[in-house]
Amino acid sequence: MEYFIELFLSGLTRGSIYALIALGYTMVYGIIGLINFAHGDIYMIGAFTSFIVATVLSIYGFPMLSIIVLAGLAAAVWASAYGYTIEKLAYRPLRHAPRLSPLISAIGMSIFLQNYVLLAQTSDFLPFPELIPEFDFIEPYAHVVGSAEIVILITTALAMILLTLVIKFTRMGKAMRATSQDRMMAMLTGINVDRVISTTFIIGSTLAALGGLLIASHIGQINFYIGFIAGIKAFTAAVLGGIGSIPGAVLGGFVLGLTESFATGYVSSDYEDVFAFSLLVLILIFKPSGILGRAEIQKV
Amino acid sequence: MGEQILNVTGLSMHFGGIHAVDQVDLDINQGEIVALIGPNGAGKTTFFNCLTGIYNPTFGDITLHRSGKKPARLNGLKPNQVTTKGMARTFQNIRLFHNMTVLENVMIGRHCRTSSFIAGAIFRTKHNRREENEIIEKSYSILEKVGLEKYVNDHASNLSYGAQRRLEIARALATDPFLLLLDEPAAGMNPQETKQLDELICRIRDDGLAILLIEHDMKLVMSISDRIFVMDYGKKIAQGTPLEVRENPAVIKAYLGE
Amino acid sequence: MISLEEFKRSFKVALWFMFLTFPLLVIKVNPIERTVLWKWENMAFVGIGAFILSVLIRAFFIQKERSRNSSKNKRRFGYIGDEPLVQFILREPKYLYPLSGGVLIFALLFPALFDTYQTNIMTTALMYVVLGLGLNIVVGLAGLLDLGYVAFYLVGAYSYALLNYHFDIGFWMALPIGAMLAALFGIVLGFPVLRLRGDYLAIVTLGFGEIIRLVMENWNAFSHGPSGISNIPRPGFFGMDLSLDSAILYIYYLVVALVIITIFVVNRLQDSRLGRAWIALREDEIACQAMGIDKTKTKLTAFALGATWAGLVGVIFAAKTTFINPASFTFLESAIILSIVVLGGMGSILGVIFGALVLILLPEYLRVFSEYRMLAFGGILVVMMVFRPQGLIANVRRTYQFKKSTKGGDS
Repeated sequence: MEYFIELFLSGLTRGSIYALIALGYTMVYGIIGLINFAHGDIYMIGAFTSFIVATVLSIYGFPMLSIIVLAGLAAAVWASAYGYTIEKLAYRPLRHAPRLSPLISAIGMSIFLQNYVLLAQTSDFLPFPELIPEFDFIEPYAHVVGSAEIVILITTALAMILLTLVIKFTRMGKAMRATSQDRMMAMLTGINVDRVISTTFIIGSTLAALGGLLIASHIGQINFYIGFIAGIKAFTAAVLGGIGSIPGAVLGGFVLGLTESFATGYVSSDYEDVFAFSLLVLILIFKPSGILGRAEIQKV
Repeated sequence: MGEQILNVTGLSMHFGGIHAVDQVDLDINQGEIVALIGPNGAGKTTFFNCLTGIYNPTFGDITLHRSGKKPARLNGLKPNQVTTKGMARTFQNIRLFHNMTVLENVMIGRHCRTSSFIAGAIFRTKHNRREENEIIEKSYSILEKVGLEKYVNDHASNLSYGAQRRLEIARALATDPFLLLLDEPAAGMNPQETKQLDELICRIRDDGLAILLIEHDMKLVMSISDRIFVMDYGKKIAQGTPLEVRENPAVIKAYLGE
Repeated sequence: MISLEEFKRSFKVALWFMFLTFPLLVIKVNPIERTVLWKWENMAFVGIGAFILSVLIRAFFIQKERSRNSSKNKRRFGYIGDEPLVQFILREPKYLYPLSGGVLIFALLFPALFDTYQTNIMTTALMYVVLGLGLNIVVGLAGLLDLGYVAFYLVGAYSYALLNYHFDIGFWMALPIGAMLAALFGIVLGFPVLRLRGDYLAIVTLGFGEIIRLVMENWNAFSHGPSGISNIPRPGFFGMDLSLDSAILYIYYLVVALVIITIFVVNRLQDSRLGRAWIALREDEIACQAMGIDKTKTKLTAFALGATWAGLVGVIFAAKTTFINPASFTFLESAIILSIVVLGGMGSILGVIFGALVLILLPEYLRVFSEYRMLAFGGILVVMMVFRPQGLIANVRRTYQFKKSTKGGDS
């Protein structure tokens, strides 16, 4: 039973990270219909930036709390700067191109970013400083849950609530919903669609960076390649929940995290990534609209 | 009037709770021009899509009668199978192969009447070369028929709007249909182009084909149709000759309101 | 020329990129020794580079705008009359035949002119030509974005390696078997996925490619896991064992022959009934079906044919390197082949050949740049899509000549 709870909690933790990244996929897909293949690499850049900032600050002897805040802030700022720039350079010129063109561009961007970080930094795994302290009250339960897991769960829950509020109640949120339903009509009613799309990329990138920071300090190491697998898995989560649907991305993230956790815990850990890929392939083939998505009706 | 070739009974298409097409009957005879009219959103295009296999109708039967053959039920066939059976269509919003030449667009229509495959393409056997030549010649003669022969090697996207509509008809004719389904062929045409289209449709009919067309241009519909079916809110509200339909109170109500 | 306003904008762009690349390019930390290295010079490079590039791009667009407005019939570089030089040569047999003859003679004499090392590199480049042409059928002609193409390459390579390991089957037997197994894989994988929409298809094929590689990495009993299979024999020459040098030569000529066959086959396919159906399918799937074309069958044929070529090259790859492991078949390999097709021009045979030679040979000869290879490949995909989606050498459709038919009606 304890083993089950342990797996359950670690599944939830994984799942919440997948959900954070999946939100970026789903929001971008909802608005411009593009699988933003480079999104996983934004997450990687977020993690890397926070790694650099945290390490520099800890070498210069800054106090722990300021390191956490500054590293998180830096990750969010730079990840959204990259997200914004990528959209402007690689996707915006292709807005009226055939559907596959921006996807190819996104794949190129992903490869470019990976190798950019590889060349600028290193190909080795780097130890990530421990940012989350061990809480005393968790001591008696330490064998089933760590304080990092608690922090991750609470942070992601807060982020998701905040996102929901933004989308439901702010002007920009309304504009985003309008644009995702009908871009042309939104434009005609005076919404600045370019700005809406940029904002979507910025929000998505910030969430991914948050995920990057949390998971890196939990696992304790990073390298330039973590974005690829995490990206694919988060995309799986987004499709699983129904791409374009925000609650769907969260649900999909948790389902995928739990599935993976139990599968590796009870079956075998050799095929951890194979589970995720197989799940992805199976959903796309049998239920491409996901759990909460709506099926598209072919218009002729 | 020739014998009956297509018979549709009780055709219904439901999307969730919406009954886009509801219990529609329709029949077409050999060598006849039949028009399907109705206000926007009446379900005409959905009806077309059911006939041509793009949607699988919820209820009803679509039956094909060809002389000398057993009646065939078309429900649930794929679009390409329907075309192979001899019903070809055009689209309301033009769907040409824009990066192919005009001739190639028509050659695509010959696909389902020819057979060469991988080996044939690679080794170019005698049979194959003959087939390829036949495709080219037949396609060219169809282009002559619709008056596009001077554009053979142009890209389809460079044609004028009216010419693109005629190319769609040429492409459909290349599949050797006995029934041609035209979805708003005159939409967006100027009076001159509409007149040419009118002549073209009559010429096609004179070649022995039956034609079912959806059209909003009432002048065109009234002048060339043998019979007219009227739909509104997914239901058939009237049918008959142009004269009968014009006088029908239900039709007038559907178009003009109370 | 460029106004001051434009320079100001480029200056802002430069500042933005200096900010953007700041943490990753300027700060290098060593977390073990706890030292920080500040590389400010990188920031200067980025600033200057971004500024120059931005000015150049602006100048390019201004120039383009101006030339569009000015007279159209001005002579342009690389054009004869209205058509590009390359197309002109391709169309005129009196230029095409001697030119391709010359290229062929150069290819045949290549090993005599250069040393074994160069021949080896050229063999690799030519293998990518074949891979590119194979993927070109799928992506370029049929418009199916296959991101797991490397899976079929893997199937070819492992079929030879495993068949040889277990049953001692030779190269020439393995060649058709590898190709057939790859085609079979293409059909089996293609059947469920080909009805998916374009972008989903891309992701599913990527997933399949990764699954196959991961299975190979973990299923030790079957595939010898990450350590791979070694001592795969080179192809035999009528039962003789060749020395290393002559084996390299032998494989080189083999690949040259394969390139010629591939060009021949793909060229004939693209002007055939099947090739036209592929292109029509790429242009508009619904209209294509309405013209009586069986969507599934046509797509499957493209998928299987593309896979066949990957399988063939896979067998040759195993024979050439005599050692294979799953690490040679990552997603990046698929991305390289895709870059070749995209750079050269989707659907264009000449373009793909050109793309493969440039992308594979350039990093080999410009060693300084070889570490920037993958960076460049990624960049190429983006730049080509944004600036020249039709590729360097665009595909042209075949034209036909007719005499005016006097009979009118049906002739």
